[in-house]
Amino acid sequence: MDIPFSNTLLIMNNLEKPSSTNHNNRYIIIGVSLLILTILTVWTSYFTATVGVSIAIALAIATLKGSLVASFFMHLITEKKLILVILFFTVIFLFALIFLPFSDTMNNVGIPNDY
Amino acid sequence: MEIPFTVSERPDTGLTNPKFGIWLFLASEVMLFGSLFSSYIILRTGSLDWPVQSDELNITIGAVNTAILIASSLTMVLSWTALKEKQFKRFKLFIGLTILFAVLFLVLKIWLEYIPKIHHGHILSTNTFFAMYYLMTGLHALHILGGVVVMIFFWGPGSKMWQTNPDQFVNRIEVVGLYWHFVDLVWIFLFPTLYLL
Repeated sequence: MDIPFSNTLLIMNNLEKPSSTNHNNRYIIIGVSLLILTILTVWTSYFTATVGVSIAIALAIATLKGSLVASFFMHLITEKKLILVILFFTVIFLFALIFLPFSDTMNNVGIPNDY
Repeated sequence: MEIPFTVSERPDTGLTNPKFGIWLFLASEVMLFGSLFSSYIILRTGSLDWPVQSDELNITIGAVNTAILIASSLTMVLSWTALKEKQFKRFKLFIGLTILFAVLFLVLKIWLEYIPKIHHGHILSTNTFFAMYYLMTGLHALHILGGVVVMIFFWGPGSKMWQTNPDQFVNRIEVVGLYWHFVDLVWIFLFPTLYLL
């Protein structure tokens, strides 16, 4: 079905700027989803077999929750490109900060350190 | 001297100055907390005698505090939309609820976690885990406290700006909201890292 261009623009505009009630409903749905995911995080921590699996599941759920907060509560899905560029580089440096030392210490697991 | 581009967008960035500023600040905060998470990983993987964290901390209180912070994030964003709808009383209600949730978080953290642990002799110098626990949650709690102070200001005397410059006031609440959601976001990662893994 062919949608006229003006209608498409109208739909896009409505997606970006829905009515206030829609906005509030969306925020409430996100909030409830975050609460459900929190319960899921705690629940899965009791049932996973190994530490590795526990870490993977907990961090995956935390990442999903963080994405929801950043995307909707912090409006990153409709934010200006400049902010996304700043955050892109921040995430790159954050990963370097976390995983570069991590990759080194993984070679020394079980070897006593001074600390 | 008046600060420029507090309401209108700067032509070169396409953003208001406060919004650009808060995002740069939050980027630096990501690196601050990131360095602590990095230190935690290094210390934990290098340790031969790391305690079972879920035995040391109260998961229920941690989970309840997570729910409280999520609820506060929701009320924060609802306070901002209330202002966009020009409903000032609703704004006051929602930002008041946000302050209450934030204070409740701190009360639970201090009275039900820090104080009992200190009474049991679990302090910073007990072991590396507790050093990291107090450092990371303490820094986070300071951020909560800072947010509470700012929100109380905008709930009380700062809200007079709504009468004189409503657009700038809406922008200020948006900036406070961004900070507050970030504080929530940090806790979303702190909770499983310290309480569950």
